[in-house]
Amino acid sequence: MAIRVSPTRMELTRLKKRLKTAVRGHKLLKDKNDELVRTFISFIRRNKELREQVEASLAAAMGSAAIAKAKMGEESMTEALMYPVSEAHAQVSTKNIMSVIVPQISFRPDGKEADLPYGFAFTPSELDTAVLDVAALLPQLIELAGVEKTCDMLADEIEKTKRRVNALEHVSIPEMQEGIRAITMKLEENERANTTRLMKVKTMIADRN
Amino acid sequence: MANNEQAKIAVVGDRESVMLFGAVGIRCVYASTQREAETAVGRLAREGCAVIYITEQVADMIPETLKRYKTETFPALIPIPNREGSSGLGMRGIRANLEKAIGADILFGEGR
Repeated sequence: MAIRVSPTRMELTRLKKRLKTAVRGHKLLKDKNDELVRTFISFIRRNKELREQVEASLAAAMGSAAIAKAKMGEESMTEALMYPVSEAHAQVSTKNIMSVIVPQISFRPDGKEADLPYGFAFTPSELDTAVLDVAALLPQLIELAGVEKTCDMLADEIEKTKRRVNALEHVSIPEMQEGIRAITMKLEENERANTTRLMKVKTMIADRN
Repeated sequence: MANNEQAKIAVVGDRESVMLFGAVGIRCVYASTQREAETAVGRLAREGCAVIYITEQVADMIPETLKRYKTETFPALIPIPNREGSSGLGMRGIRANLEKAIGADILFGEGR
């Protein structure tokens, strides 16, 4: 139901102004949502692709690692893997997509070749495969992190924007239109009442004379 | 976080699945209970890790923590399969995002 407001011209102007802002905001938010969805779709495609790749490769690498562990025992494997050749780092920055601050994460190679952190004397070849597989997978893993995070944040923002658009479209704007209509009618009614009163007074005066 | 920074990467999970990452220079934190996982993630986040990979089995234990970091730019908590293979948590996440944003499943519709 429309909000009860005093039917004055001032209120009418105020409501009209608010309606104008609301309509404009609605249009802007809708545009924002469209753009967000467009970006989101391209990201989520990439996300799915990457995740499929990463999950398959990781499962394989972990399988090899499990075999290696069975062959060499847990202690010696822990020992072999303890000291990494290089430390993996990610290059991190942020990007603004429609005022959502999303991370941009990229792999930063440190120049060294992917290498094994141990000698070959006491380790089975499965371990080599596993370690090199994971090393080769690093860039994708890191890209996945960035893309997935972006998708998370965009999905959240899209949901919020959508809710705002709907609230404006289905609640605020109709409410204000209803209010404006009510005030206009009331004002017109007053106007008519005034006119009839004047006519009546006029006839009364004419009659008296 | 400042732009173009170099940031650390970490992985949280059970020892056997995660050990492998140590060899390529990713920081490994072992966790097998809910409590361990929570503290590990919290600590890594405070230390400024940009990316924390977390095995799906462990991720399943700490849904609240995952949710808390979900809408923050950093760190990114990314579920990965452990040595027993994927439980589908990662893919479910993608699907949930799709449904949340678009309202329909447009990628997984075929082949199911």
